Amino acid sequence: MTMTVQDRSRGGDWLRDALPKIVLSPSLVIVLVFVYGFIAFTFYLSFTDSRILPSFELVGWQNYSRLFQVRAWGIAIDNLLIFGSLYIVICCALGLALAILLDQKIRAEGFIRTIYLYPMALSFIVTGTAWKWFLDPGIGLQAVVRSWGWESFTFEWIKDSDMAIYTIVIAAVWQTSGFVMAMFLAGLRGIDNEVLKAAQIDGASNWALYRRIVIPQLRPAFMSAFVVLAHMAIKSYDLVIALTGGGPGTATELPATFMYSYTFTRNQMGIGAASATIMLMSIAAIMIPYIWSELREPK
Amino acid sequence: MATNATATVVRTGAGARFVIYTLLGLFCIYYLLPLYVMVVNSLKPLSEIQSGGMMALPKEWTVAPWASAWSTAQIGVAATGLKPYFLNSILMVVPAVAISTVLGALNGYVLTKWRFRGDTIVFGLLLFGCFIPFQMVLIPMARMLGLMGLAGTVPGLVFVHLVYGIGFSTLYFRNYYQQFPTELVRAAQIDGAGFFTIFLRIMLPSSGPIAVVCIIWQFTNIWNDFLFGASFSDFDSQPMTVALNNLVQSSTGVKEYNVHFAGAIMAALPTLLVYIVAGRYFVRGLMAGSVKG
Repeated sequence: MTMTVQDRSRGGDWLRDALPKIVLSPSLVIVLVFVYGFIAFTFYLSFTDSRILPSFELVGWQNYSRLFQVRAWGIAIDNLLIFGSLYIVICCALGLALAILLDQKIRAEGFIRTIYLYPMALSFIVTGTAWKWFLDPGIGLQAVVRSWGWESFTFEWIKDSDMAIYTIVIAAVWQTSGFVMAMFLAGLRGIDNEVLKAAQIDGASNWALYRRIVIPQLRPAFMSAFVVLAHMAIKSYDLVIALTGGGPGTATELPATFMYSYTFTRNQMGIGAASATIMLMSIAAIMIPYIWSELREPK
Repeated sequence: MATNATATVVRTGAGARFVIYTLLGLFCIYYLLPLYVMVVNSLKPLSEIQSGGMMALPKEWTVAPWASAWSTAQIGVAATGLKPYFLNSILMVVPAVAISTVLGALNGYVLTKWRFRGDTIVFGLLLFGCFIPFQMVLIPMARMLGLMGLAGTVPGLVFVHLVYGIGFSTLYFRNYYQQFPTELVRAAQIDGAGFFTIFLRIMLPSSGPIAVVCIIWQFTNIWNDFLFGASFSDFDSQPMTVALNNLVQSSTGVKEYNVHFAGAIMAALPTLLVYIVAGRYFVRGLMAGSVKG
């Protein structure tokens, strides 16, 4: 715990004592109003009959019960579960594998790391555009493979209602897996080599070394990766808009796209607010314990 | 991230090393493939793409798609190309990044060197604000911008990004200043230095690295934002990401894939350049947002 500067000894005047708090207060006010005030406002709207414009007529839990009867919301939740779990599992598996491979005293490691991580610097709209046309059966992968002579090759997931959600997984994994790799690599570099050397002397194989000693020690990295990825999955919006626009039909609807279309194009603001509230609750369930543990631990 | 620390002591034979390098190389191809597709196809005539030649190098090289994407392509209702929207994004990013970084530095300074009862709670409140789904604030923010007379304007977008950028900038500076010796601050204070003198003379001169991390993070995030841009801009105040999406989605008639790819690279170029020039700081920013700083 760091020491704190105290001003008492000099008997500083009121302004000098209050100055730090005055400097901090604009940010605090901004956050209280625009984050917490707005959350309260939207939460309140989710219990009102708001349509095009906010209304303050309370209707109880009606929006929530209607929300769960809307087919598109059911699809959005199912999609989030499919997308979220595949996204997290594949990113973690790929990230861990790449980190372990890169951790073998690789020449040009920095260069390879740069290549694996650059997608993180791109906008999801750019990623979505690139993959949208790459996966397009008419001009992308399918057309290319056919032009190479495999005439019957078919890859139309992006046009197929049952498979389109997996194209979102493909593009999202491409964008984020390098970042997860970097998180695991940082974790690997933090592991004490002495323990590994001792195990090696005892005759442990590389496989056993990783399975028994290294991977268990990466628990904090797994935690961070899970929190970051789960939170990104719940918030996913741009990528879906750019890649599939939520389609075909509503096949790739996610909670974020549902909220937007119900609130701003279908003029069902009450239901939109209810869906946003559920998104917030799920993120809070993941983030609050995480932030709590980060702040509580002594630095 | 401890990039200079020694790699794990695992020993690998020649055969295993061959497999490892092959795998690493294959994944390089995987990550570079979409970039290759974008670059190559932005430099060839549309007919070459339509005939199944997406993976091939251009037979006939041309910069016409770039010229079209920049200045003549149809975006929404106007055939202006992406140029005005690129400018919008710059006008939006620069003030939003500058102000949120300055506020973050001051907040981090107060929260670590002028601690008070409840400061951790204040920080926790700021921090959680970084991670909320912004769907939760879209409705009231739309009204608020209307009341402030900023609806559908670039200053309105600056304001929104500033508000939701403070949390992260505070996080960076707080974690960084926490490592800074408080004894120095205390000594300066005994010598009669005040709040701002200490900040300007002692804290700021050593804040270079974290300022770079913070600026890069905010720049990348705000430049790449789509949700706020789509929600709070009009036709003439759209940022680059929204305009790019309009270009790609709304084109009626023939889809000019080569123009779309050129536009996508334009939207990616500023953040990509920052990444190439200062990737180390970008990665540090990413990690500080997820792993203990």
